[in-house]
Amino acid sequence: MKTLTVKYFAILREQRGDAEEQLRTESVDAQSLYEELQAQHGFTLPVDRLRAAVNGEFRPWPAPVNDGDEVVFIPPVAGG
Amino acid sequence: MHFKITSKTIAVSELANTLQHERAGACATFEGWVRNHNEGQAVASLEYEAYAELAETEGNRILDEAREKFDLLAAEAVHRVGHLQIGDMAVWVGVASAHRGPAFDACRFIIDELKARVPIWKKEHYVAGESTWINCATKGEFSTDDAGPSS
Repeated sequence: MKTLTVKYFAILREQRGDAEEQLRTESVDAQSLYEELQAQHGFTLPVDRLRAAVNGEFRPWPAPVNDGDEVVFIPPVAGG
Repeated sequence: MHFKITSKTIAVSELANTLQHERAGACATFEGWVRNHNEGQAVASLEYEAYAELAETEGNRILDEAREKFDLLAAEAVHRVGHLQIGDMAVWVGVASAHRGPAFDACRFIIDELKARVPIWKKEHYVAGESTWINCATKGEFSTDDAGPSS
C-alpha cells in the first residue's frame, strides 16, 4: 500500500465533492488509480480524455506513482 | 519572460511597461474578454479555475518556446482565475520585438498554445440558469469538440 495525495480541479472537483484528499491505494500508476476512483465517485470523463500530472509535472499514461506522490488528473483544458 | 495566474484584475499598463526595450520597434498584445454568448447560448458569467503550479510551469514553457521560434525582446502573459463577468479580461499576452512580424506571430502562437495546453478550466453560467464545464461534456454533439473558447 502507498499513500498518495490527489488534487481535483474543475469538473472532477465537483464530482468528487472535494479539492484534495490523501488516500491509501494498491494502484501502481495514475491510470489504475483513476479507474479505481472513477468507480467510487462516478467521474464522467473517461481516462482517455484526461492527462496525468505527478508531483507537478505532466506524465504520460499510465504514469507510475510512488508512496508520497501528489497526483492530479487534468480534465480537457479551456483557458482563454 | 513570465506567465502568471492571478485572481485579481489584470493590470494592463503595469504589464505593458515590462515589455519596454530599447531595441523594440513593435509591441503586440492580445486580450481575451468574457463575452455574452457561446455556441448559441446566452452567457451570464464565466468561472475560471487553474492548477496554478503546473499552469505557470507550462505557461513559462510556452513563452520559452516563443522566444526560440520568434525574434523576441520580451514576452509576458497573465491568466485570471475566479468568477468573471461579461467584459472582464480573462487573459493578456504581450510581446515586443524589433519588427512587427515576429510580434504578431509570437502573440498568436502564445495565446493558441496557452488555450491548448495550460491546465485552466472554465465553467459557463448561462442566462437560462444552467452551467457547464467547457470541453468536458461526455454526451451530445460537443462531447469531443474543442468547443467554447471565450476568445
